Amino acid sequence: MTVPLIELKNVTKRFGERTVLDRVNLTILEGDITTIIGKSGGGKSVLLKHIIGLLKPDEGEILINGKHLKDMTRNERTLFKRQASYMFQNNALFDSLTVFENIALPLREKTRLREDAIKSKVLAKIDQMELSEVAYKYPSQISGGMQKRVALARALVTEPKIILFDEPTTGLDPLRKNAVLGLIAHHQKKIGFTAVLVSHDIPDVFFISNRVAIIDSCRIPFQGTPIELEQSENPVVQEFIKGQTNLKDELTGLNTRQDVKDMLIQEMDRVNRLQESFPVIIFTIDNLEQINKHVGYIAAQQIVQCLGTLLKDHFDSAGTSARYSQNEILMVLPHTDPKEAKQVLDELAIDLQKQEIFKAKSYPKACFSFSILAGLAEAGPGMDLDSLIGQALSHQKIIAHLECIKHGGTA
Amino acid sequence: MTQATNSVFTPFNRLGKVSIAFIGELGAIAIFFIHAFCLIFSLPLQVSKTIEQVFFIGAKSTLIILLVGLFTGMVLGLQGYYTLVKFGSEGVLGAVVALSLIRELGPVMTALMIIARAGSSMAAEIGIMRISEQIDALETMDINPIRFLVSPRIVASIISFPLLTSIFNVIGIAGGYLSGVCLLGINSGIYLNRIEPNVAMQDVKGCFIKAFVFGIIVSTICCYQGYFTNMRPGGFGAKGVSLATTSAVVLSCVLVLVVDYVLTSFLL
Repeated sequence: MTVPLIELKNVTKRFGERTVLDRVNLTILEGDITTIIGKSGGGKSVLLKHIIGLLKPDEGEILINGKHLKDMTRNERTLFKRQASYMFQNNALFDSLTVFENIALPLREKTRLREDAIKSKVLAKIDQMELSEVAYKYPSQISGGMQKRVALARALVTEPKIILFDEPTTGLDPLRKNAVLGLIAHHQKKIGFTAVLVSHDIPDVFFISNRVAIIDSCRIPFQGTPIELEQSENPVVQEFIKGQTNLKDELTGLNTRQDVKDMLIQEMDRVNRLQESFPVIIFTIDNLEQINKHVGYIAAQQIVQCLGTLLKDHFDSAGTSARYSQNEILMVLPHTDPKEAKQVLDELAIDLQKQEIFKAKSYPKACFSFSILAGLAEAGPGMDLDSLIGQALSHQKIIAHLECIKHGGTA
Repeated sequence: MTQATNSVFTPFNRLGKVSIAFIGELGAIAIFFIHAFCLIFSLPLQVSKTIEQVFFIGAKSTLIILLVGLFTGMVLGLQGYYTLVKFGSEGVLGAVVALSLIRELGPVMTALMIIARAGSSMAAEIGIMRISEQIDALETMDINPIRFLVSPRIVASIISFPLLTSIFNVIGIAGGYLSGVCLLGINSGIYLNRIEPNVAMQDVKGCFIKAFVFGIIVSTICCYQGYFTNMRPGGFGAKGVSLATTSAVVLSCVLVLVVDYVLTSFLL
């Protein structure tokens, strides 16, 4: 078995009372691009700083080529540091040095290259990063994206064997983001360095990674190849992969399917015990997929968002609503009288029809007919979840509708 | 009973804590200086960085030193004249001005002026480098930050302080001449001739020793305060830098005056 280049064993780090890393295990193999993903403030940067030696673990050990970091001699540690390079999250550029001087600094200080050799090397890197126009400007005079590229150039210029990238693409526009990821992958293939990347760019970053590690709740619950990640049934992994869908739900103000399911089970339990009943309403947006496809993603999202907001306004805290499927929203109204719910639903229908999303002029280029349907069912004792939802679906009626004269044209 | 005992001892406990913290800090500063001083001699020597710092700490402070030196000398001449004239010994004004400047005012005022001009900026610059992770960046590049940032500043201070003090003394004596001779009418020959027999080589040597020591104290404290900005309790980010700069200036000024007394008592 090959010895991993870097191995973290049961590394624990605390800052005062707060534990940032809790018995973390991580293996980094030589020549691989290992990506660490996780929530902001989850200890990703702290993990990277342990690898480069900026922070020391409170417990646990770090092994470099199978040798404990703390047992390494000063010379061995210096040698490791010289082979490694670190790109900081906030770039950490020397603000009193120009872009050129920043990139040249590690060469000037740590190599015996002649000034003209340094100059040609640095200029080549500047050219590659498209920074020629700002070569003699100071970091504060250039944009955030450019600063990121300067930091990247500084990390690459010494051609190190290990590069630790702390969020190399954060703050870049989508085009440059892909360019930077491409650049890392390209350099890695050319020079063959080992890269450890902290990133939020899911899934783009997976395409260039050999291994992925997820850091969550101070630990690493998963590490493996991107394909293993995709096929993993670990709930934490699933949460990260579906992070984008979750974000959508945050924006629409709706709960997750699991939340409402849990609540429904709890309420059914109560109903069975107390022999009571409560209403549930299921809303369906028909044609949502077509709108997504032909009109656009933002338009489809706005329809869901609008419905979510109105549900909150009308039912206030009486109910819980959640995205039940791509185009279905389930609303549970415990402690509500079904008649009252019906009345509020009627008011909602009137209000909904007045919304901008139901006006054809909101879609100047392409308009698609669509309706919102709502079905109310009463959850009583002895009913199961599926039959309740089935009943609500069968009671569905159109509560708001937009008619376009022809598909793809304006009404 | 326990409460009463506590309230009696609390001030002493606090005093003890503050004293231990102060002594601990002085120890840390001393270790920091020794570390930085030893790194001055590590190869390759950082000649260009040191020259840059001499330019910043020394050359750029010349104007302010000239200005302050001139007016200090002038006011010394003025005050000295009106005091000495009461005893009919205004003839020794030159010696009084020269000795006051060379023995005390020259090194102390120069140190205070450089603290205000260069010391504060050393603390702020290094402090900002600390909070924006530039010092960490140096470490990841295997560049020793103390060698890179602190050692050249200490060498530059050791070079600049005595030179600036000399300039201060000379311009101060000229200032005294201006007010004493040109404005108040003392004989020019008497003013200048009294200086030479009264100022001993011992005084000049003492002046340089003081300037040398002050240079070390000021540069070490200011760099130390900036370097450990992040360790300061209660001050993070920009506030941390502002606190570091303030304490660099206050601590340097206090220590310069304390050490001045100690050195003077040994030198006299």
